[in-house]
Amino acid sequence: MSEWRKDWRHGPWSPRIVVNAGLVTVLALVPVYAAFAGDPFAMTLFSRILIMAIAALSLNLIMGFGGMVSFGHAACLGIGGYAVGILAKEGIGSGFVQWPVAVVASAIYALVVGALCLRTRGVYFIMITLAFAQMVYYVASGLDRYGGDDGLTIYHRSQFGPFDLNNATLFYYLCFALLLASIYLVWRIVNSRFGLVIQGARSNEPRMRAVGFPTFRYRLVCFVIAGALCGLAGALLANHTNFISPAMMHWTRSGDLIVMAVLGGMHAMFGPLIGAMAFLLLEQGLSHVTDYPDLILGPLLLIVAIYVNGGIDGLLGGPRRG
Amino acid sequence: MRPRMADAPLLELRDVETSYGLSRVLFGVSLAIAPGEMVSLMGRNGMGKTTTVRSIMGLTPAASGSIRFAGAEISALPAYRVAKLGVGLAPEGRQAFPNLTTRENLVATASNRGDAAEPWTLERVFALFPRLAERADSMANLLSGGEQQMLAIGRALMTNPRLLILDEATEGLAPLIRDEIWRCLEKLRAAGQSILLIDKNVAAITRIADRHYFIERGRIVWSGGSRELASSPDVAHRYLGV
Repeated sequence: MSEWRKDWRHGPWSPRIVVNAGLVTVLALVPVYAAFAGDPFAMTLFSRILIMAIAALSLNLIMGFGGMVSFGHAACLGIGGYAVGILAKEGIGSGFVQWPVAVVASAIYALVVGALCLRTRGVYFIMITLAFAQMVYYVASGLDRYGGDDGLTIYHRSQFGPFDLNNATLFYYLCFALLLASIYLVWRIVNSRFGLVIQGARSNEPRMRAVGFPTFRYRLVCFVIAGALCGLAGALLANHTNFISPAMMHWTRSGDLIVMAVLGGMHAMFGPLIGAMAFLLLEQGLSHVTDYPDLILGPLLLIVAIYVNGGIDGLLGGPRRG
Repeated sequence: MRPRMADAPLLELRDVETSYGLSRVLFGVSLAIAPGEMVSLMGRNGMGKTTTVRSIMGLTPAASGSIRFAGAEISALPAYRVAKLGVGLAPEGRQAFPNLTTRENLVATASNRGDAAEPWTLERVFALFPRLAERADSMANLLSGGEQQMLAIGRALMTNPRLLILDEATEGLAPLIRDEIWRCLEKLRAAGQSILLIDKNVAAITRIADRHYFIERGRIVWSGGSRELASSPDVAHRYLGV
Protein backbone atom coordinates (compact mmCIF):
# COMPACT_ATOMS: atom_id res chain seq x y z
CA MET A 1 0.00 0.00 0.00
CA SER A 2 2.64 2.48 1.00
CA GLU A 3 4.80 1.55 -2.00
CA TRP A 4 1.90 2.09 -4.33
CA ARG A 5 1.10 5.37 -2.69
CA LYS A 6 4.66 6.61 -2.99
CA ASP A 7 4.77 5.69 -6.66
CA TRP A 8 1.70 7.64 -7.54
CA ARG A 9 1.92 10.53 -5.29
CA HIS A 10 5.59 11.38 -5.25
CA GLY A 11 6.96 9.85 -8.43
CA PRO A 12 8.28 12.33 -10.99
CA TRP A 13 6.29 10.63 -13.77
CA SER A 14 2.95 10.24 -12.10
CA PRO A 15 0.09 10.70 -14.58
CA ARG A 16 -1.00 13.79 -12.73
CA ILE A 17 2.33 15.55 -13.09
CA VAL A 18 2.63 14.56 -16.74
CA VAL A 19 -0.87 15.79 -17.56
CA ASN A 20 -0.42 19.04 -15.68
CA ALA A 21 2.94 19.71 -17.29
CA GLY A 22 1.45 18.91 -20.70
CA LEU A 23 -1.41 21.27 -20.01
CA VAL A 24 0.92 24.11 -19.10
CA THR A 25 3.00 23.47 -22.21
CA VAL A 26 -0.05 23.50 -24.46
CA LEU A 27 -1.28 26.73 -22.90
CA ALA A 28 2.14 28.30 -23.33
CA LEU A 29 2.06 27.42 -27.04
CA VAL A 30 -1.44 28.70 -27.84
CA PRO A 31 -0.19 32.08 -29.20
CA VAL A 32 2.29 30.23 -31.41
CA TYR A 33 -0.49 28.08 -32.79
CA ALA A 34 -2.74 31.10 -33.28
CA ALA A 35 -0.03 32.92 -35.20
CA PHE A 36 0.77 29.99 -37.50
CA ALA A 37 -2.79 28.88 -38.06
CA GLY A 38 -4.07 32.44 -38.41
CA ASP A 39 -6.67 31.78 -35.76
CA PRO A 40 -7.04 34.87 -33.57
CA PHE A 41 -10.16 33.44 -32.00
CA ALA A 42 -8.07 30.81 -30.26
CA MET A 43 -6.31 33.63 -28.43
CA THR A 44 -9.62 35.12 -27.34
CA LEU A 45 -11.01 31.81 -26.19
CA PHE A 46 -7.91 30.73 -24.33
CA SER A 47 -7.40 34.12 -22.68
CA ARG A 48 -10.89 33.69 -21.34
CA ILE A 49 -10.07 30.18 -20.16
CA LEU A 50 -7.02 31.45 -18.27
CA ILE A 51 -9.01 34.24 -16.62
CA MET A 52 -11.90 32.00 -15.61
CA ALA A 53 -9.36 29.49 -14.33
CA ILE A 54 -8.02 32.14 -11.93
CA ALA A 55 -11.57 32.83 -10.75
CA ALA A 56 -12.34 29.12 -10.35
CA LEU A 57 -9.02 28.62 -8.56
CA SER A 58 -9.88 31.33 -6.06
CA LEU A 59 -13.28 29.74 -5.46
CA ASN A 60 -11.64 26.36 -5.06
CA LEU A 61 -9.40 27.70 -2.31
CA ILE A 62 -12.42 28.34 -0.11
CA MET A 63 -14.73 25.65 -1.48
CA GLY A 64 -12.44 22.70 -2.22
CA PHE A 65 -9.93 23.14 0.56
CA GLY A 66 -11.91 25.21 3.06
CA GLY A 67 -15.34 23.63 2.62
CA MET A 68 -16.92 27.07 2.23
CA VAL A 69 -19.31 26.67 -0.68
CA SER A 70 -19.85 30.24 -1.82
CA PHE A 71 -22.68 30.62 -4.29
CA GLY A 72 -21.85 34.27 -4.79
CA HIS A 73 -18.27 34.20 -5.85
CA ALA A 74 -18.99 35.88 -9.19
CA ALA A 75 -19.76 39.05 -7.21
CA CYS A 76 -16.02 39.41 -6.64
CA LEU A 77 -15.48 38.90 -10.37
CA GLY A 78 -17.98 41.68 -11.07
CA ILE A 79 -16.60 44.05 -8.44
CA GLY A 80 -13.10 43.63 -9.91
CA GLY A 81 -14.48 44.30 -13.38
CA TYR A 82 -16.55 47.27 -12.30
CA ALA A 83 -13.57 48.78 -10.50
CA VAL A 84 -11.70 48.81 -13.80
CA GLY A 85 -14.73 49.97 -15.81
CA ILE A 86 -15.77 52.75 -13.46
CA LEU A 87 -12.23 54.10 -13.11
CA ALA A 88 -11.79 53.98 -16.89
CA LYS A 89 -15.04 55.85 -17.41
CA GLU A 90 -13.94 58.49 -14.89
CA GLY A 91 -10.71 59.01 -16.77
CA ILE A 92 -8.33 57.03 -14.58
CA GLY A 93 -6.76 54.71 -17.10
CA SER A 94 -3.65 53.57 -15.28
CA GLY A 95 -3.61 49.88 -14.50
CA PHE A 96 -1.38 50.63 -11.55
CA VAL A 97 -4.43 52.28 -9.99
CA GLN A 98 -7.23 50.22 -11.52
CA TRP A 99 -5.95 46.75 -10.63
CA PRO A 100 -5.08 47.39 -7.00
CA VAL A 101 -8.46 49.07 -6.58
CA ALA A 102 -10.14 46.01 -8.14
CA VAL A 103 -8.29 43.66 -5.79
CA VAL A 104 -8.84 45.75 -2.67
CA ALA A 105 -12.52 46.39 -3.44
CA SER A 106 -13.17 42.66 -3.86
CA ALA A 107 -11.22 41.91 -0.71
CA ILE A 108 -13.29 44.42 1.28
CA TYR A 109 -16.49 42.93 -0.12
CA ALA A 110 -15.28 39.46 0.87
CA LEU A 111 -14.37 40.72 4.33
CA VAL A 112 -17.83 42.14 4.98
CA VAL A 113 -19.71 39.20 3.48
CA GLY A 114 -17.39 36.66 5.07
CA ALA A 115 -17.70 38.25 8.50
CA LEU A 116 -21.44 37.63 8.34
CA CYS A 117 -21.68 34.42 6.30
CA LEU A 118 -18.98 32.49 8.11
CA ARG A 119 -21.13 32.47 11.22
CA THR A 120 -23.42 30.08 9.38
CA ARG A 121 -22.94 26.63 7.90
CA GLY A 122 -24.07 24.49 5.04
CA VAL A 123 -27.15 25.57 3.15
CA TYR A 124 -27.39 28.83 5.09
CA PHE A 125 -23.88 29.77 4.06
CA ILE A 126 -24.74 29.06 0.44
CA MET A 127 -27.95 31.08 0.59
CA ILE A 128 -26.41 34.11 2.30
CA THR A 129 -23.45 34.31 -0.08
CA LEU A 130 -25.98 34.09 -2.91
CA ALA A 131 -28.13 36.83 -1.35
CA PHE A 132 -25.19 39.21 -1.06
CA ALA A 133 -24.14 38.54 -4.63
CA GLN A 134 -27.66 39.26 -5.82
CA MET A 135 -27.58 42.56 -3.95
CA VAL A 136 -24.39 43.55 -5.72
CA TYR A 137 -25.93 42.42 -8.99
CA TYR A 138 -28.92 44.71 -8.54
CA VAL A 139 -26.77 47.59 -7.37
CA ALA A 140 -24.75 47.24 -10.58
CA SER A 141 -27.96 47.09 -12.60
CA GLY A 142 -29.00 50.35 -10.98
CA LEU A 143 -25.81 52.23 -11.78
CA ASP A 144 -27.26 54.28 -14.63
CA ARG A 145 -24.11 56.31 -15.02
CA TYR A 146 -22.21 53.09 -15.73
CA GLY A 147 -24.67 51.58 -18.13
CA GLY A 148 -27.13 50.01 -15.71
CA ASP A 149 -28.55 46.79 -17.12
CA ASP A 150 -26.92 47.30 -20.48
CA GLY A 151 -23.38 47.41 -19.20
CA LEU A 152 -20.53 49.70 -20.06
CA THR A 153 -18.01 49.60 -22.84
CA ILE A 154 -14.40 50.15 -21.81
CA TYR A 155 -12.68 52.09 -24.57
CA HIS A 156 -9.14 51.76 -23.32
CA ARG A 157 -7.61 48.77 -21.64
CA SER A 158 -5.64 49.39 -18.46
CA GLN A 159 -2.44 51.27 -19.16
CA PHE A 160 0.80 49.88 -17.84
CA GLY A 161 3.43 52.31 -19.13
CA PRO A 162 5.20 50.79 -22.12
CA PHE A 163 3.19 47.56 -21.99
CA ASP A 164 0.16 47.67 -24.27
CA LEU A 165 -2.55 45.26 -23.22
CA ASN A 166 -4.17 45.66 -26.64
CA ASN A 167 -1.42 43.39 -27.88
CA ALA A 168 -3.25 40.07 -27.74
CA THR A 169 -0.09 38.02 -27.26
CA LEU A 170 1.15 40.20 -24.44
CA PHE A 171 -2.26 40.11 -22.76
CA TYR A 172 -2.43 36.34 -23.14
CA TYR A 173 0.96 35.81 -21.55
CA LEU A 174 0.09 38.23 -18.78
CA CYS A 175 -2.98 36.15 -17.98
CA PHE A 176 -0.90 32.98 -18.26
CA ALA A 177 1.75 34.30 -15.88
CA LEU A 178 -0.87 35.50 -13.40
CA LEU A 179 -2.59 32.10 -13.52
CA LEU A 180 0.66 30.25 -12.81
CA ALA A 181 1.48 32.71 -10.04
CA SER A 182 -2.01 32.20 -8.59
CA ILE A 183 -1.67 28.42 -8.68
CA TYR A 184 1.68 28.74 -6.94
CA LEU A 185 0.16 31.08 -4.35
CA VAL A 186 -2.75 28.73 -3.64
CA TRP A 187 -0.38 25.76 -3.49
CA ARG A 188 1.76 27.59 -0.93
CA ILE A 189 -1.31 28.58 1.09
CA VAL A 190 -2.83 25.10 1.05
CA ASN A 191 0.39 23.45 2.19
CA SER A 192 1.23 26.03 4.82
CA ARG A 193 0.19 25.62 8.41
CA PHE A 194 -2.52 28.19 7.74
CA GLY A 195 -3.79 25.95 4.94
CA LEU A 196 -3.71 22.85 7.10
CA VAL A 197 -5.77 24.62 9.74
CA ILE A 198 -8.27 25.64 7.04
CA GLN A 199 -8.48 22.06 5.78
CA GLY A 200 -8.73 20.64 9.27
CA ALA A 201 -11.52 23.07 10.08
CA ARG A 202 -13.33 21.84 6.97
CA SER A 203 -13.58 18.32 8.34
CA ASN A 204 -13.96 19.13 12.03
CA GLU A 205 -14.20 22.73 13.10
CA PRO A 206 -14.98 22.28 16.81
CA ARG A 207 -11.96 20.00 17.06
CA MET A 208 -9.75 22.60 15.45
CA ARG A 209 -10.98 25.19 17.94
CA ALA A 210 -10.32 22.79 20.79
CA VAL A 211 -6.73 22.39 19.62
CA GLY A 212 -6.28 26.12 19.98
CA PHE A 213 -7.22 27.85 16.75
CA PRO A 214 -9.81 30.62 16.40
CA THR A 215 -11.14 29.05 13.21
CA PHE A 216 -13.46 31.93 12.36
CA ARG A 217 -10.54 34.29 11.83
CA TYR A 218 -8.61 31.72 9.80
CA ARG A 219 -11.58 31.04 7.56
CA LEU A 220 -12.29 34.74 7.18
CA VAL A 221 -8.72 35.48 6.08
CA CYS A 222 -8.97 32.62 3.59
CA PHE A 223 -12.28 33.98 2.31
CA VAL A 224 -10.74 37.43 1.82
CA ILE A 225 -7.71 36.04 -0.03
CA ALA A 226 -10.06 34.18 -2.38
CA GLY A 227 -12.13 37.34 -2.90
CA ALA A 228 -9.05 39.41 -3.69
CA LEU A 229 -7.80 36.84 -6.18
CA CYS A 230 -11.19 36.73 -7.87
CA GLY A 231 -11.15 40.53 -8.02
CA LEU A 232 -7.93 40.30 -10.00
CA ALA A 233 -9.64 37.86 -12.37
CA GLY A 234 -12.47 40.40 -12.70
CA ALA A 235 -10.01 43.14 -13.67
CA LEU A 236 -8.55 40.81 -16.29
CA LEU A 237 -11.97 39.86 -17.58
CA ALA A 238 -13.03 43.52 -17.99
CA ASN A 239 -9.86 44.15 -19.98
CA HIS A 240 -10.40 41.01 -21.99
CA THR A 241 -13.94 41.81 -23.09
CA ASN A 242 -13.57 45.63 -23.01
CA PHE A 243 -16.98 45.53 -21.47
CA ILE A 244 -18.61 45.17 -18.09
CA SER A 245 -22.21 44.41 -17.25
CA PRO A 246 -24.18 43.01 -14.34
CA ALA A 247 -24.20 39.69 -16.21
CA MET A 248 -20.62 39.22 -14.99
CA MET A 249 -21.99 38.59 -11.54
CA HIS A 250 -25.28 36.94 -12.29
CA TRP A 251 -25.87 33.98 -10.02
CA THR A 252 -25.56 31.61 -12.94
CA ARG A 253 -22.00 32.85 -13.32
CA SER A 254 -21.32 31.87 -9.71
CA GLY A 255 -22.77 28.50 -10.63
CA ASP A 256 -20.41 28.25 -13.60
CA LEU A 257 -17.45 28.77 -11.29
CA ILE A 258 -18.66 26.00 -8.99
CA VAL A 259 -19.16 23.71 -11.98
CA MET A 260 -15.62 24.42 -13.20
CA ALA A 261 -14.10 23.61 -9.82
CA VAL A 262 -16.16 20.44 -9.36
CA LEU A 263 -15.65 19.30 -12.95
CA GLY A 264 -11.88 19.71 -12.77
CA GLY A 265 -11.41 18.30 -9.30
CA MET A 266 -11.94 20.20 -6.08
CA HIS A 267 -9.00 18.98 -4.09
CA ALA A 268 -6.45 19.29 -6.85
CA MET A 269 -4.21 22.25 -7.52
CA PHE A 270 -4.77 22.15 -11.29
CA GLY A 271 -8.41 21.06 -11.00
CA PRO A 272 -9.94 24.51 -11.53
CA LEU A 273 -7.78 25.11 -14.62
CA ILE A 274 -8.72 21.73 -16.05
CA GLY A 275 -12.35 22.41 -15.18
CA ALA A 276 -12.41 25.90 -16.68
CA MET A 277 -10.80 24.59 -19.84
CA ALA A 278 -13.16 21.63 -20.17
CA PHE A 279 -16.21 23.76 -19.40
CA LEU A 280 -15.44 26.60 -21.79
CA LEU A 281 -14.18 24.36 -24.60
CA LEU A 282 -17.26 22.16 -24.30
CA GLU A 283 -19.53 25.18 -24.21
CA GLN A 284 -17.80 26.54 -27.29
CA GLY A 285 -17.70 23.23 -29.14
CA LEU A 286 -21.27 22.27 -28.35
CA SER A 287 -22.57 25.65 -29.47
CA HIS A 288 -21.51 24.67 -32.99
CA VAL A 289 -23.44 21.44 -32.75
CA THR A 290 -26.61 22.47 -30.99
CA ASP A 291 -28.48 25.52 -29.84
CA TYR A 292 -28.87 23.98 -26.43
CA PRO A 293 -25.35 23.14 -25.19
CA ASP A 294 -26.58 23.01 -21.60
CA LEU A 295 -28.70 20.01 -22.55
CA ILE A 296 -25.47 18.05 -23.00
CA LEU A 297 -23.32 19.87 -20.43
CA GLY A 298 -25.81 19.24 -17.64
CA PRO A 299 -25.98 15.44 -17.89
CA LEU A 300 -22.20 15.36 -18.44
CA LEU A 301 -21.65 17.19 -15.18
CA LEU A 302 -24.05 14.79 -13.47
CA ILE A 303 -22.03 11.84 -14.72
CA VAL A 304 -18.78 13.36 -13.51
CA ALA A 305 -20.27 14.26 -10.14
CA ILE A 306 -21.76 10.80 -9.59
CA TYR A 307 -19.21 8.46 -11.11
CA VAL A 308 -15.87 10.25 -11.08
CA ASN A 309 -14.80 10.91 -7.54
CA GLY A 310 -12.52 13.93 -7.62
CA GLY A 311 -13.52 15.39 -10.98
CA ILE A 312 -11.42 15.06 -14.12
CA ASP A 313 -8.31 15.20 -11.95
CA GLY A 314 -9.65 12.14 -10.15
CA LEU A 315 -9.32 10.14 -13.38
CA LEU A 316 -5.57 10.51 -13.08
CA GLY A 317 -5.62 8.03 -10.23
CA GLY A 318 -3.63 8.02 -7.08
CA PRO A 319 -4.90 8.89 -3.66
CA ARG A 320 -6.71 12.14 -3.33
CA ARG A 321 -7.07 14.63 -0.56
CA GLY A 322 -10.47 14.72 1.06
CA MET B 1 -3.59 7.22 53.26
CA ARG B 2 -4.45 10.71 52.06
CA PRO B 3 -4.18 11.32 48.33
CA ARG B 4 -1.21 13.38 47.30
CA MET B 5 -2.38 16.97 46.93
CA ALA B 6 0.51 18.95 48.37
CA ASP B 7 1.14 21.23 45.37
CA ALA B 8 -1.18 24.00 44.26
CA PRO B 9 -3.51 22.31 41.77
CA LEU B 10 -2.86 22.69 38.06
CA LEU B 11 -6.54 22.24 37.34
CA GLU B 12 -9.29 22.74 39.87
CA LEU B 13 -13.02 22.36 39.33
CA ARG B 14 -15.35 23.61 42.06
CA ASP B 15 -19.08 22.94 42.04
CA VAL B 16 -19.27 22.91 38.27
CA GLU B 17 -22.80 22.67 36.92
CA THR B 18 -23.38 22.23 33.21
CA SER B 19 -26.50 21.77 31.13
CA TYR B 20 -27.32 20.94 27.55
CA GLY B 21 -30.20 23.30 26.99
CA LEU B 22 -32.71 22.52 29.72
CA SER B 23 -31.28 19.18 30.75
CA ARG B 24 -28.75 19.49 33.53
CA VAL B 25 -25.90 17.02 33.33
CA LEU B 26 -23.37 18.12 35.94
CA PHE B 27 -24.63 18.85 39.46
CA GLY B 28 -21.60 20.36 41.14
CA VAL B 29 -18.50 18.49 40.05
CA SER B 30 -15.37 19.25 42.05
CA LEU B 31 -11.99 17.76 41.31
CA ALA B 32 -8.35 18.79 41.27
CA ILE B 33 -5.16 17.73 39.54
CA ALA B 34 -1.72 18.64 40.85
CA PRO B 35 1.23 19.23 38.51
CA GLY B 36 2.74 15.94 37.41
CA GLU B 37 -0.20 13.91 38.63
CA MET B 38 -2.11 11.34 36.64
CA VAL B 39 -5.73 11.43 37.71
CA SER B 40 -8.58 9.32 36.41
CA LEU B 41 -12.25 10.11 36.07
CA MET B 42 -14.40 7.02 35.88
CA GLY B 43 -18.08 6.31 35.69
CA ARG B 44 -20.72 4.59 33.62
CA ASN B 45 -21.94 5.91 30.30
CA GLY B 46 -24.07 9.03 30.51
CA MET B 47 -22.87 10.00 33.97
CA GLY B 48 -21.11 13.19 32.83
CA LYS B 49 -17.48 12.24 32.12
CA THR B 50 -17.30 13.72 28.66
CA THR B 51 -19.44 16.67 29.72
CA THR B 52 -16.88 17.40 32.44
CA VAL B 53 -14.19 17.41 29.77
CA ARG B 54 -16.28 19.62 27.50
CA SER B 55 -16.81 22.07 30.36
CA ILE B 56 -13.08 22.21 31.07
CA MET B 57 -12.36 22.83 27.38
CA GLY B 58 -15.07 25.45 27.06
CA LEU B 59 -16.85 23.42 24.39
CA THR B 60 -19.95 23.27 26.59
CA PRO B 61 -19.40 26.13 29.03
CA ALA B 62 -20.25 25.55 32.67
CA ALA B 63 -23.40 27.31 33.85
CA SER B 64 -22.00 27.88 37.32
CA GLY B 65 -19.08 26.97 39.50
CA SER B 66 -15.43 27.69 38.90
CA ILE B 67 -12.78 26.07 36.72
CA ARG B 68 -9.26 27.27 37.37
CA PHE B 69 -6.26 26.26 35.32
CA ALA B 70 -2.76 27.25 36.44
CA GLY B 71 -4.31 29.88 38.66
CA ALA B 72 -6.53 31.48 36.01
CA GLU B 73 -10.31 31.22 35.80
CA ILE B 74 -11.11 29.54 32.49
CA SER B 75 -14.79 28.62 32.78
CA ALA B 76 -15.90 31.49 30.52
CA LEU B 77 -13.13 31.22 27.93
CA PRO B 78 -13.75 29.95 24.38
CA ALA B 79 -12.21 26.59 23.52
CA TYR B 80 -9.27 27.93 21.57
CA ARG B 81 -8.18 30.12 24.49
CA VAL B 82 -8.32 27.17 26.90
CA ALA B 83 -6.25 25.13 24.47
CA LYS B 84 -3.75 27.97 24.14
CA LEU B 85 -3.35 28.11 27.91
CA GLY B 86 -2.03 24.56 27.72
CA VAL B 87 -4.86 22.04 27.90
CA GLY B 88 -4.39 19.33 25.27
CA LEU B 89 -7.33 17.06 24.57
CA ALA B 90 -7.29 13.70 22.84
CA PRO B 91 -11.05 13.55 22.40
CA GLU B 92 -13.46 10.67 22.54
CA GLY B 93 -13.76 9.13 19.10
CA ARG B 94 -10.23 10.37 18.27
CA GLN B 95 -11.39 12.86 15.66
CA ALA B 96 -8.26 13.02 13.59
CA PHE B 97 -8.67 15.34 10.61
CA PRO B 98 -9.51 12.76 7.93
CA ASN B 99 -8.50 14.94 5.00
CA LEU B 100 -4.96 15.51 6.27
CA THR B 101 -2.11 13.02 6.38
CA THR B 102 -0.74 11.70 9.66
CA ARG B 103 2.20 14.06 9.44
CA GLU B 104 -0.03 17.02 8.56
CA ASN B 105 -2.35 16.21 11.45
CA LEU B 106 0.60 16.42 13.80
CA VAL B 107 2.28 19.56 12.48
CA ALA B 108 -0.83 21.55 11.59
CA THR B 109 -1.65 22.32 15.18
CA ALA B 110 1.78 22.02 16.78
CA SER B 111 2.88 24.77 19.14
CA ASN B 112 4.96 25.44 22.20
CA ARG B 113 3.14 28.31 23.81
CA GLY B 114 4.23 27.38 27.31
CA ASP B 115 7.90 27.34 26.18
CA ALA B 116 8.47 23.77 27.28
CA ALA B 117 12.18 23.12 27.76
CA GLU B 118 12.06 19.90 25.74
CA PRO B 119 9.20 20.49 23.34
CA TRP B 120 7.51 17.63 21.54
CA THR B 121 8.65 17.27 17.96
CA LEU B 122 7.59 15.06 15.10
CA GLU B 123 10.61 12.86 15.83
CA ARG B 124 9.70 12.45 19.49
CA VAL B 125 6.10 11.58 18.69
CA PHE B 126 7.28 9.08 16.09
CA ALA B 127 9.68 7.62 18.66
CA LEU B 128 6.81 7.25 21.14
CA PHE B 129 4.51 5.75 18.49
CA PRO B 130 6.68 4.06 15.84
CA ARG B 131 3.55 2.96 13.99
CA LEU B 132 2.75 6.59 13.22
CA ALA B 133 6.14 7.01 11.55
CA GLU B 134 5.27 4.10 9.25
CA ARG B 135 1.98 5.75 8.34
CA ALA B 136 3.30 9.32 8.18
CA ASP B 137 2.05 10.00 4.65
CA SER B 138 -1.23 8.12 4.88
CA MET B 139 -4.44 10.06 5.05
CA ALA B 140 -5.69 9.90 8.62
CA ASN B 141 -9.00 8.27 7.63
CA LEU B 142 -7.05 5.26 6.34
CA LEU B 143 -5.45 4.61 9.72
CA SER B 144 -6.66 1.83 12.00
CA GLY B 145 -8.54 2.75 15.15
CA GLY B 146 -5.48 2.24 17.31
CA GLU B 147 -3.31 4.29 15.00
CA GLN B 148 -5.90 7.07 14.98
CA GLN B 149 -5.88 7.02 18.77
CA MET B 150 -2.11 7.30 18.78
CA LEU B 151 -2.45 10.16 16.31
CA ALA B 152 -4.95 11.91 18.57
CA ILE B 153 -2.59 11.60 21.53
CA GLY B 154 0.39 12.66 19.41
CA ARG B 155 -1.52 15.64 18.11
CA ALA B 156 -2.35 16.72 21.65
CA LEU B 157 1.27 16.24 22.72
CA MET B 158 2.50 18.37 19.81
CA THR B 159 0.78 21.35 21.42
CA ASN B 160 3.07 20.75 24.44
CA PRO B 161 0.16 20.80 26.87
CA ARG B 162 0.64 21.39 30.58
CA LEU B 163 -2.32 19.12 31.07
CA LEU B 164 -3.17 16.24 28.76
CA ILE B 165 -6.77 15.04 28.79
CA LEU B 166 -7.54 11.64 27.33
CA ASP B 167 -11.21 10.90 26.80
CA GLU B 168 -11.79 7.15 26.38
CA ALA B 169 -8.35 6.64 24.89
CA THR B 170 -8.59 2.85 24.83
CA GLU B 171 -12.25 2.42 23.99
CA GLY B 172 -12.86 -0.12 21.29
CA LEU B 173 -9.21 -1.01 20.78
CA ALA B 174 -7.66 -4.45 20.54
CA PRO B 175 -6.02 -5.60 23.81
CA LEU B 176 -2.51 -5.46 22.32
CA ILE B 177 -2.97 -1.90 21.09
CA ARG B 178 -4.54 -1.00 24.40
CA ASP B 179 -1.46 -2.24 26.24
CA GLU B 180 0.71 -0.20 23.93
CA ILE B 181 -1.26 2.92 24.79
CA TRP B 182 -1.03 2.19 28.52
CA ARG B 183 2.73 1.78 28.19
CA CYS B 184 3.00 5.14 26.45
CA LEU B 185 0.92 6.81 29.13
CA GLU B 186 3.21 5.38 31.80
CA LYS B 187 6.18 6.82 29.94
CA LEU B 188 4.49 10.21 29.76
CA ARG B 189 3.69 10.13 33.44
CA ALA B 190 7.26 9.18 34.30
CA ALA B 191 8.36 12.22 32.28
CA GLY B 192 6.22 14.41 34.54
CA GLN B 193 3.27 15.02 32.23
CA SER B 194 0.06 15.93 34.06
CA ILE B 195 -2.76 13.76 32.75
CA LEU B 196 -6.50 13.52 33.24
CA LEU B 197 -7.63 10.11 32.12
CA ILE B 198 -11.20 9.19 31.36
CA ASP B 199 -11.62 5.46 31.00
CA LYS B 200 -13.40 2.38 32.29
CA ASN B 201 -10.47 0.03 32.47
CA VAL B 202 -10.16 -0.08 36.25
CA ALA B 203 -7.35 -2.63 36.44
CA ALA B 204 -4.98 -0.74 34.20
CA ILE B 205 -5.92 2.64 35.61
CA THR B 206 -5.43 1.55 39.20
CA ARG B 207 -1.97 0.45 38.21
CA ILE B 208 -0.82 3.60 36.40
CA ALA B 209 -2.79 6.57 37.81
CA ASP B 210 -2.22 8.34 41.13
CA ARG B 211 -5.73 9.29 42.15
CA HIS B 212 -9.24 8.53 41.00
CA TYR B 213 -12.63 10.15 40.88
CA PHE B 214 -15.87 8.32 40.29
CA ILE B 215 -18.74 10.26 38.83
CA GLU B 216 -22.40 9.29 39.01
CA ARG B 217 -25.30 11.32 37.67
CA GLY B 218 -23.25 14.48 37.47
CA ARG B 219 -21.71 14.26 40.94
CA ILE B 220 -18.37 13.05 42.22
CA VAL B 221 -19.31 10.15 44.47
CA TRP B 222 -15.94 8.73 45.40
CA SER B 223 -12.35 9.90 45.27
CA GLY B 224 -9.15 8.45 46.54
CA GLY B 225 -5.71 7.08 45.77
CA SER B 226 -4.83 3.90 43.92
CA ARG B 227 -4.18 1.96 47.14
CA GLU B 228 -7.59 2.83 48.53
CA LEU B 229 -9.23 1.89 45.28
CA ALA B 230 -7.38 -1.40 45.14
CA SER B 231 -8.41 -2.22 48.69
CA SER B 232 -12.08 -1.48 48.11
CA PRO B 233 -13.16 -3.45 45.06
CA ASP B 234 -16.81 -2.71 45.80
CA VAL B 235 -16.27 0.91 44.68
CA ALA B 236 -15.58 0.01 41.08
CA HIS B 237 -18.34 -2.57 41.25
CA ARG B 238 -20.84 -0.05 42.54
CA TYR B 239 -20.05 2.84 40.20
CA LEU B 240 -18.99 1.01 37.07
CA GLY B 241 -21.13 -2.05 37.41
CA VAL B 242 -18.25 -4.46 36.84
